Amino acid sequence: MSNSICSEILDMLETDAKMSIKDMATMAGVSENEVKETIAKLEKEKVIVKYSAIVNREKVESDETEALIEVKVVPKRGLGYDDLAERIYRFPEVKSVYLMSGTYDLSVIVRAGSLKQVSQFVFERLAVLDGVSSTVTHFIMRKYKEHGVILMVKDKEERLVISP
Amino acid sequence: MNTEQIISTIVREVPPSGIRKFFDIASEMKDCISLGVGEPDFDTPWNIRESAIYALESGRTHYTSNYGSTEVRNEILHYLDMRFSLRYDMGQVVVTVGASEALDLAFRAIMNPGDEVLVPAPSYVSYMPGVSFAGGIPVPMKLQESENFKITPKSIRDAVTDKTKAIVVAFPNNPTGAIMTKEDYEQITDVIIEKDLLVISDEVYAELTYGRDHCSIASLPGMLERTVVINGFSKAFAMTGFRLGYAAGPKPVIDAMVKIHQYSMLCASVISQDAGVEALRSECSNGFSNVRKMVAEYNRRRRLMFASLNEMGLKCFEPLGAFYIYPNISSTGLDSEEFCRRLLFEKKVACVPGTAFGKNMENFIRCSYASSYDNLKEALKRIQSFINSL
Repeated sequence: MSNSICSEILDMLETDAKMSIKDMATMAGVSENEVKETIAKLEKEKVIVKYSAIVNREKVESDETEALIEVKVVPKRGLGYDDLAERIYRFPEVKSVYLMSGTYDLSVIVRAGSLKQVSQFVFERLAVLDGVSSTVTHFIMRKYKEHGVILMVKDKEERLVISP
Repeated sequence: MNTEQIISTIVREVPPSGIRKFFDIASEMKDCISLGVGEPDFDTPWNIRESAIYALESGRTHYTSNYGSTEVRNEILHYLDMRFSLRYDMGQVVVTVGASEALDLAFRAIMNPGDEVLVPAPSYVSYMPGVSFAGGIPVPMKLQESENFKITPKSIRDAVTDKTKAIVVAFPNNPTGAIMTKEDYEQITDVIIEKDLLVISDEVYAELTYGRDHCSIASLPGMLERTVVINGFSKAFAMTGFRLGYAAGPKPVIDAMVKIHQYSMLCASVISQDAGVEALRSECSNGFSNVRKMVAEYNRRRRLMFASLNEMGLKCFEPLGAFYIYPNISSTGLDSEEFCRRLLFEKKVACVPGTAFGKNMENFIRCSYASSYDNLKEALKRIQSFINSL
């Protein structure tokens, strides 16, 4: 199983995870079995972590709210940031946690059913954790692009229908 | 005044493009999927567009040298050397309004009335009219499906006469997707030199090859001095609307081309030239990563089209360049015009009949795969159901 086939298959899945095995095999120029085996291997090695849809929540009636929270922490001796990061990412409301360079330490993205729920999460669960010294909450007002996909697509073909 | 009669005989005698009539029907049709588009479906990379905006903002709104700005010519020289081992001086390159203008200039620079030019058949729609408009006589050079639509010594010898002055070479090819390798070119350079022909080599699809790098005919022994290389930014960088191309070749020919260019066009748009600088500079410095991504995507679609069309009985040879596939539809019993017309009216899929690209091309249609995977899948489904209905 060559690296080029792995990256070819990953490229295709990242663009469209619903593509059929048959098409992937044709388009990569390999057999269907080879595609199946490569995907199985990539899944087993957790290179492919999960298949999910990119959803534009604005198009659905919902009060769901997301916030990006800058968290400053006091790292614990011997444990560094990982221990506190884990205590944060285990909350189901937390979508992502990154350790950052710069003026704060952890970047936490939280999603909850309403603005109020997000606020409550911050002051009842996050800010009170041992080791958290301060938080700054930024509510996300509109998403333009997510995971490399532009959400405000203009569905207009600019090209001529037929050209030489 | 009889304004019909006032039109020049040459212009009157050149037939209108075979693409036109299908365009008019297809563009009115709702839910039509077009495999007839001869330009990339990718947007121009943002860094290139951003540099065009910056050009405007910073007041780059004046004429440049007739040859093109020093910056863009420097990048072009560097690119031609780096990618195709072609070495030219600053005075041997002219920047034009698309590769199309460069072609037109090349024909006009060399033609005397009655001079003949060999034009591959099939090939891009502009070569034959371009030669005619310049006062020359285009002579089709028939290429064979059995030879994967490559130019062979025989195809040249069959068409060449005492009046032949030049030969058009166009690989990777529109409409067939054929390429010529170094070995293929080695077969034909002897006869080109023997007949003392100037080569006009349209290499606008040079970046779009699959499995091997493009070879320019100018890089073969004895060819640099007799070849005008024509290239552009449209296909490699998805910049069709910028209208930016160039020609490089023997100084006397380039000077003659510049003479026409300076009186007719003056210079290519400076905004486009600045965008061209960014395109070449960024890609040359990052190992052509944007181009490679596009090529990888075209390659997947190429394999999909090749496998699917063959599976449904539309035999095609494997295209190794550009973004076209050229299936033989003779198994359906229809000729290319009727096939395309019925496919369009009955299944709303637009293709271009082979007859648009040369005489005796009734058995072929051109399908472009510069379209999204979803579109191609749907189009293939409709073509299959069209064939089943025959």
